[in-house]
Amino acid sequence: MDTDQLVAMLARDAEPVTRGASGRRFATALVAGSAAAVVLMLALLGLRPDLREAVGDAMFWVKLGVPALLLASGLAACMRLGHPGSRVGSATLVLLLPIAAIWLLAALALASAPPSARIALVLGDSSAACVASIAILAAPTFAAAFWAMKGLAPTRPALAGAFSGLLAGAAGALVYALHCPEMAAPFIATWYLLGIAGPAVVGALLGPLLLRW
Amino acid sequence: MSGREDELRSLLVRGLAGDGASYHAFLKDLSGFLRAYLRGRLARIPDEVEDLVQETLLAVHNQRHTYDPGQPLTAWVHAIARYKMIDLLRRRAGREALHEPLDDDALFAASDEGAREARRDLAVLLGQLPDRHRLPILHVKIEGMSVAEAARVTGMSESAVKVGIHRGLKALAALIRQ
Repeated sequence: MDTDQLVAMLARDAEPVTRGASGRRFATALVAGSAAAVVLMLALLGLRPDLREAVGDAMFWVKLGVPALLLASGLAACMRLGHPGSRVGSATLVLLLPIAAIWLLAALALASAPPSARIALVLGDSSAACVASIAILAAPTFAAAFWAMKGLAPTRPALAGAFSGLLAGAAGALVYALHCPEMAAPFIATWYLLGIAGPAVVGALLGPLLLRW
Repeated sequence: MSGREDELRSLLVRGLAGDGASYHAFLKDLSGFLRAYLRGRLARIPDEVEDLVQETLLAVHNQRHTYDPGQPLTAWVHAIARYKMIDLLRRRAGREALHEPLDDDALFAASDEGAREARRDLAVLLGQLPDRHRLPILHVKIEGMSVAEAARVTGMSESAVKVGIHRGLKALAALIRQ
């Protein structure tokens, strides 16, 4: 088949393209993944029993806010990474805001605590469970985000995989925060971020294998 | 140069909206630019140029929904061509070939209209696709039947014919990568 024949073949009866399809694809992935994470959380872990009192505590909202902001900046980065020729730059910088904010809060909390209490603020009572649970709750969104990314055209597959994983980790952490009773900023600054970083690292490794086109 | 880009861009935008003649003109012009561009970049492996022109055209077609009309066409086409070129060089020679210079200038600076036979025949690869992909592409995209006619001839539903074309062209790109 010569190139003119290929051009004729591709052009013949080509379906018109619907605008905004990639945004809808990621929205679908996020909604489906998060809904599955909520079901998993309710079935395996349950809501924290003191949720009613917790909503009055600013720290509860910080704990939701950090993954929510990571989710938003991850989504923006994924949309750009999926479109050839779009620059990613500013989307990755927004990512640093929630991380810097929670580290600042953690530093303040550690500075104002007596030295003997500091290690307990970081370790909490559930650090291992936190990281593992976020990973498990991230799994549905991880699969869904890779599906959404697969429908686009990532020219940097490792980075696209990393941000798809970050998106999934952030969704997992957001849902896990509804179960987790820990309220210390140093705990969140350590284990929540580690829990979110896990899927991002896995995504960076899987991207080059799964996101080729 | 930017005049050519504007012209190509408006052909693509009309093509994406469903204007088949504009889309055909876009792909035809683009193949000339791609050929000249890749010939410059792949001077050491001229035999691969036409294969890569075809692979890039197929990628542009399969991923055409990722073009945002507000975006410069050069940036989009260049990112796709570069991705396919790097992929080819990786497949070919691994590390050593990656030292090929990858400048991002002058995609629409020159055009080479002489369509050549590629070394790899896509018609042969098409023949390797399963019937649910192969028959819709054969009847609609090569023989020029309507989707309804192809559905009647194959006994598939019209939506299965459309899905078969869409997935079949992606499967064709996957076969090339192997």
